[in-house]
Amino acid sequence: MTSSNMLSRLRHSLWSVPALAVALMVALPVLVIILSWGNAQIDVWQHLIATGLGRLLKNTLWLMLGVGILVMLVGVTLAWLTAVCEFPGRRWLDWALILPLAIPTYVVAFVGLGLMSYSGPILTLWRELLGNDSWQPDIRSPIGVILVMSAVLYPYVYMLARSAFLQQGRALLDAARTLGVGPVKGFIKVALPMARPAIVAGMALALMEALADFGAVSVFNYDTFTTAIYKSWFGFFNLQAAAQLASLLLLCVALALMAEQKLRGKKNVHNAANKARDRIQLRGWQAFLASGFCLLIFTVTFVVPVGQLVVWVVQTGLSAFDARFVQLILHTFLLGFIAAILVAAAALGVSLAQRFGNSPIGLTQFTSLGYALPGSVLAVGVMVAFTFLDRELLAPMFNFLGITHTGQILVGSVTALILAYIIRYFSVGLGPIQSGLERIRPSFEEAARTLGCNRRQVVWRVYLPLLSPATLTAMVLVLVDVMKEMPATLLLRPFGWDTLAVRVYEMTSEGEWQRAALPALVLVLVSVVPVVMMIRRSRR
Amino acid sequence: MTQHGTVLSFLNAPLKAGTFLKLGLVIGALLTAACGKESSSSEVAAVPKQDAGGIITVYSERKEHLIKPMFDAYTQKTGVQVRYITDKAGPLISRLQSEGASTQADMLVTVDAGNLWQAAEQGVLRAVESPILEANVPANLQDENNLWFGLSQRARTIIYATDRVKPSELSTYEALADSQWKGRLCLRTSKKVYNQSLVATLIATQGEAKTEEIIKGWVANLATAPYSNDTSLMEDIVAGRCDVGIVNTYYFGRMQKQTPDVKLALFWPNQSDRGVHVNISGAGITQHAKNPEGAQKLLEWLSSPEAQYTFAELNQEYPVHTGVKPSAQVLSWGEFKADQVNMSSAGRLQAAAVKLMDRAGYR
Repeated sequence: MTSSNMLSRLRHSLWSVPALAVALMVALPVLVIILSWGNAQIDVWQHLIATGLGRLLKNTLWLMLGVGILVMLVGVTLAWLTAVCEFPGRRWLDWALILPLAIPTYVVAFVGLGLMSYSGPILTLWRELLGNDSWQPDIRSPIGVILVMSAVLYPYVYMLARSAFLQQGRALLDAARTLGVGPVKGFIKVALPMARPAIVAGMALALMEALADFGAVSVFNYDTFTTAIYKSWFGFFNLQAAAQLASLLLLCVALALMAEQKLRGKKNVHNAANKARDRIQLRGWQAFLASGFCLLIFTVTFVVPVGQLVVWVVQTGLSAFDARFVQLILHTFLLGFIAAILVAAAALGVSLAQRFGNSPIGLTQFTSLGYALPGSVLAVGVMVAFTFLDRELLAPMFNFLGITHTGQILVGSVTALILAYIIRYFSVGLGPIQSGLERIRPSFEEAARTLGCNRRQVVWRVYLPLLSPATLTAMVLVLVDVMKEMPATLLLRPFGWDTLAVRVYEMTSEGEWQRAALPALVLVLVSVVPVVMMIRRSRR
Repeated sequence: MTQHGTVLSFLNAPLKAGTFLKLGLVIGALLTAACGKESSSSEVAAVPKQDAGGIITVYSERKEHLIKPMFDAYTQKTGVQVRYITDKAGPLISRLQSEGASTQADMLVTVDAGNLWQAAEQGVLRAVESPILEANVPANLQDENNLWFGLSQRARTIIYATDRVKPSELSTYEALADSQWKGRLCLRTSKKVYNQSLVATLIATQGEAKTEEIIKGWVANLATAPYSNDTSLMEDIVAGRCDVGIVNTYYFGRMQKQTPDVKLALFWPNQSDRGVHVNISGAGITQHAKNPEGAQKLLEWLSSPEAQYTFAELNQEYPVHTGVKPSAQVLSWGEFKADQVNMSSAGRLQAAAVKLMDRAGYR
């Protein structure tokens, strides 16, 4: 083998470094969780199986099914309307419909419960109008949980589908039109299949988040697989049993991710690269319906929760808004920003490596697993792995190098927290970038190659510019997710690094929702800023 | 409990199996070490050196707004800095376990005797020999081996709608299983440790079979699915969803403060036998504390008459120090006979209680 040949092979394999690095990081907590099987907790398992594991699985399945269908229907419909049609209010609804993403699920859950509980304003009015014995809807029901979760999670599908529809251009639809296909059929036969990777990616994100959620389901006392994990931990103080349950959850998600890959389809669906487009002008009742539907969703998922928060803030007063809030906001934003940049960079690396065929598919799927783990379980997995590294590796290394340390190098540092965020939210960044990449035709690269570009130039001059909207989406998603992250922040934050989510936790954990409204509202406002900025950019 | 093992035990053995794994860990560590250094330097700036003023580090399940005023007062008085992080008991105890000897934490503050007992059981606390603590904290509110000490008390008692229930209709926790309460009882979820401790002490005094019958009776009387917190439970009692429930006293205190004329009242059950179920918040010094003397002084101060009133009053609780009266609001709820069962039984029987409630269909 000649030396230049070896060099090129080395350069070739460099592409798999980011994928390997992220996979390795994700592997740490997963490893900790899998190793829990070294000591099977038969006692807990027997008890679980005897007392309602079936019910938990049924509940979980219903949740998945309900949220999956609802976010798909709502997300895709809204995306089609705002990306392809024209109707009154479209211009602002276009970005406004993404805003619910900025509200943490646990906040929507406690706001929803506050509004819709038996003693809440709506049902009180209901009883006054219809009498005490009339039938009343119960928000603390499977349907209530599904509605609340879907309200927060539909923007994942909406955002990804929206950018897919936007990039499709009109050419293909027009071609279908000339072949005698109507607008509805054109949507189903042409636009939808082309957007499928994006829709499936969005649904995968929403479902993984619903599966791992603990905040909302515990507000509703709705038992899912994740609540069983926490019960084994907090009720039986059996972390091993909790980890074993979590590993089953991981297995299910791994299978689902494989299914996702299949669902995304093998057909190469690439960007038609048609910038100019005319929107389908909706008129009369069609326009009315479109505006009404978008407005309804926006009101229910954003205006009402934020309105309730504002009411609570007014009721409790602004006295809690002290100087420390500035610090809270700063920490929240800083942590989110660093994590967003690192995740986006890593996700670009991993996706491009996959594109160039240097990364086994399984490896990429593996890196997504962190998102499906319940937050606290992941946090403990990360912490156990990091304390192990501190003790066995970093401390001896620091001793050898003569650096003084407290024995805790990773644990309790900002680095550990950021790494935990990367592990957890990598798939959130990966989704948009991968589906963005899938829409770029290989012919672009081929053309650049024939013009004499090498791979590095192709990346810098073709892929990165074309991927910049997707990268921005990825960064904003990660930023917003990290800013509202609670369990890992609680466990791994350095002393004094409290965030807005931590402040929300302090209040809600004892049911003081009114007092939680102020930090929650500030958190929403802080998150809305980057979302709006992203949308404004993507419209240019 | 037999199922307990240390968290880390599963990490050690299987790692020897694959050299690949080791290699992976080494590479991962090298990658992270590079960024680890830069952030630790910024941390040194943020955190005062340990030996500077004998700083005390606390892991606390008690919320910031309930502990910070105490720590601030202590710093003002002694000049000793106290730093802390807050989280749930489970993650904090796991963190102490996995940090082992390298932990920075000197003190663990948690709520509920069940959690304190677990912390002791998992070996993260050390025994404290202190005549001051022995004098200030009653024997049944501290660990037999002096691993933890109660700092405030709350009763988990019956609450009723004053417009629909006469106090004469109420008698004991057990009686809430009677058919007269069918469709009139509201309970919080069995996943909350407060209920686990309540049922654990029931098992301790009544035995498992009897307790299971009682819990089944409660479940049969439920007006609606269990609540996720005491506050919405009380709100629904006011609104008429149900007539009686079981809550911690300070939740009622909080509601009473906001709505002084709320149509709810506390009832003290079991006054002719064992008494009302009380629970505690408390603290212990960690096994690997770097500043155990400082932490002990803080703990002793927290149990002292000087600190006890405020510590309890911040959360409308009862002081553990018998010489300190609770706040006027708390006093207005009346005197009661408290269950003297040792708090340790709440922890010892917690797993049994959780299983029992599962069997009884109490979610």
